[in-house]
Amino acid sequence: MTITSAQAPTGLNVHEISWSAKGTLIVDGIDLRAPFGKITGLLGPNGSGKTTLLRAVARLSTPDRGVVHLDGTDLAGLRRRELARRLAVVEQHAGTDLDVTVLDVVLLGRTPYRSALQSDSEHDRALALDALRQVRMADFADRKWGTLSGGEQQRVQLARAITQQPSLLVLDEPTNHLDIAHALSLLSLVQRANLTTLAALHDLNLAAMYCDHLVVLRDGRVEASGTAAEVLTPELLRDVYDVHADVGTHPVTGRPLLTFHPPAGGDLG
Amino acid sequence: MSNAAAETTGGHAASGSVLRGSGVQGSGVQGSGGPTRPSPPRSGGRPSLRALSSGGIVLGSAVLLLASVLVAVVLGQADITVREVWTVLTDRLNLSFLQIDAVGLGAQQPSDIRADVIWEMRLPRAVNAVVVGAGLAVVGAIMQTLTRNPMADPYLLGISSGASTGAVLVIVAGFGSGLVGVSAGAFAGALLAFVLVLVFGQRSGTLTPVRMILAGIAIGQLCGALTTFVILWVADPHATQDVQFWLSGSLAASRWSSLRIAAVVLVLALLLCLWHARALNAFAFGDDAAASLGIDVNRVRWVLLVACALLTGVLVAVSGAIGFVGLLLPHAVRFLVGPDHRLVLPLSCVLGGAFLLWVDTVARTAFDPRELPVGVVTAILGVPAFIWILKKRQVRA
Repeated sequence: MTITSAQAPTGLNVHEISWSAKGTLIVDGIDLRAPFGKITGLLGPNGSGKTTLLRAVARLSTPDRGVVHLDGTDLAGLRRRELARRLAVVEQHAGTDLDVTVLDVVLLGRTPYRSALQSDSEHDRALALDALRQVRMADFADRKWGTLSGGEQQRVQLARAITQQPSLLVLDEPTNHLDIAHALSLLSLVQRANLTTLAALHDLNLAAMYCDHLVVLRDGRVEASGTAAEVLTPELLRDVYDVHADVGTHPVTGRPLLTFHPPAGGDLG
Repeated sequence: MSNAAAETTGGHAASGSVLRGSGVQGSGVQGSGGPTRPSPPRSGGRPSLRALSSGGIVLGSAVLLLASVLVAVVLGQADITVREVWTVLTDRLNLSFLQIDAVGLGAQQPSDIRADVIWEMRLPRAVNAVVVGAGLAVVGAIMQTLTRNPMADPYLLGISSGASTGAVLVIVAGFGSGLVGVSAGAFAGALLAFVLVLVFGQRSGTLTPVRMILAGIAIGQLCGALTTFVILWVADPHATQDVQFWLSGSLAASRWSSLRIAAVVLVLALLLCLWHARALNAFAFGDDAAASLGIDVNRVRWVLLVACALLTGVLVAVSGAIGFVGLLLPHAVRFLVGPDHRLVLPLSCVLGGAFLLWVDTVARTAFDPRELPVGVVTAILGVPAFIWILKKRQVRA
């Protein structure tokens, strides 16, 4: 069983994850699957538990119970360094006061591979530069972090994550602070990285366009999961998001295209 | 962040400046991104330093530091010469084969009194200044990284004042005025002050620099008041002098015997911090980012914060609470060689030592025979730097 799963990677399997803060259940026994090599979008209104679930998966917080398997390995059994070689995170927004260069930032991705006193090898630098090429930032290697735009910074963080050579990419609303051009370009780059990806997203049309698989959360539970066409129905949008929308077909991608209606009476609820 | 990376940085910058000269670069990047690019003098001046091998930079600075010690010992009353210093030094260290007359130049032996001035007063004071400056700079660098606060400094955050209070309480309580006891008290005071600043400096789990500084000021003021109160309560004849020593620091009482603990702790703390240099680099984007890069954030933070408190404690036990060295030096070092801790930590150590040595030499000689408290001089240099950092870094409120 374990041998087969090691040979044929199974992607991410989350089983019965619960997490509570001060006695309130934020994530309530969630089961979900992120297929190998695909992008899985995690949707849901604010407060539905998306970020909490991602943090539990990435072990940035410890869940009350539940297990997370990645390609057949129980992540709870890994040391933090080993985990960082299999799982890379890109946050909503990464900032630093330090005068680091783009290459410095990307090379941070090699941290879990190097012992305390080892310096970065040629191999590390080659991986970093390659990742920068992948995200179309090769010419920026020597630029200072502080001189980049928000979209460029997120691409560099993606390059850093790729340099970790992970089996799973965890993205927490990576396009939140980006304009539409940068949001599209970032998600296209994620798509081209061909990694098993679990991404919390706010924009439903972006999710429909880029995600192979969607999971919708509501009040800390899974409300629906499946392909964009299966999940993004007018009924679900009304139930979960409390909005009225028409679901059409995107003229280019053939994926669902949502058109939202203004709330009745121009007011909420 | 490696040497190799640093070399590339230097190389590209160099080719960049060539391109700027021939006007080729004007088209793309510079045209659109001109205002956001770092200003040319900085991008041109720094990488050339970065391109030097890191070992070379640290070694060169260390040689400079040794030369500084010899020169600083000479300055002041009694017109001591470098040759006399060298003779005494080699004599006391049983290295007479290194003496100048051994090389055939001939040297007169300094009188016993002059030899004592050199060996019992000037040299230990110079070496104490180096140890204290080095230690404060390392503590500042670590604290700035771990709290993500560019204004972190053991003095500004009240840690040094906490150490002073701890030390004074130990002396007054009669646990002995031995250096071990005083250092232990100072360590306890520093650790307590640090924990309090971290507790009051955070809001719902997030440390914000400005809150931290405010908490540090409050804790520092409280500890300063306690220290003054305790000393004046006991009121021995040297009371006011003692108050000044513990509150703003002095190296005037330096002896060889006071050095031992501080030097040993400095070396151990520096090794510990160097061992964590790579982990410290991973803190650039915050705790979660560090954790997701495989760093055990809580362990690293507590180990290094306790090390910082210990180092601050033993330094304050030797020199009182000297301010701003820990704030200034790490910024100066990062400006020179970039933010990689594998370079920042050893260089902070060396340059911090040289800095405080020269500041103390100025404090000792500028108004000869009167002496300025060394903390007065570091504050005169430190406060403008503080304001500059505040403006430049757009510190998160």
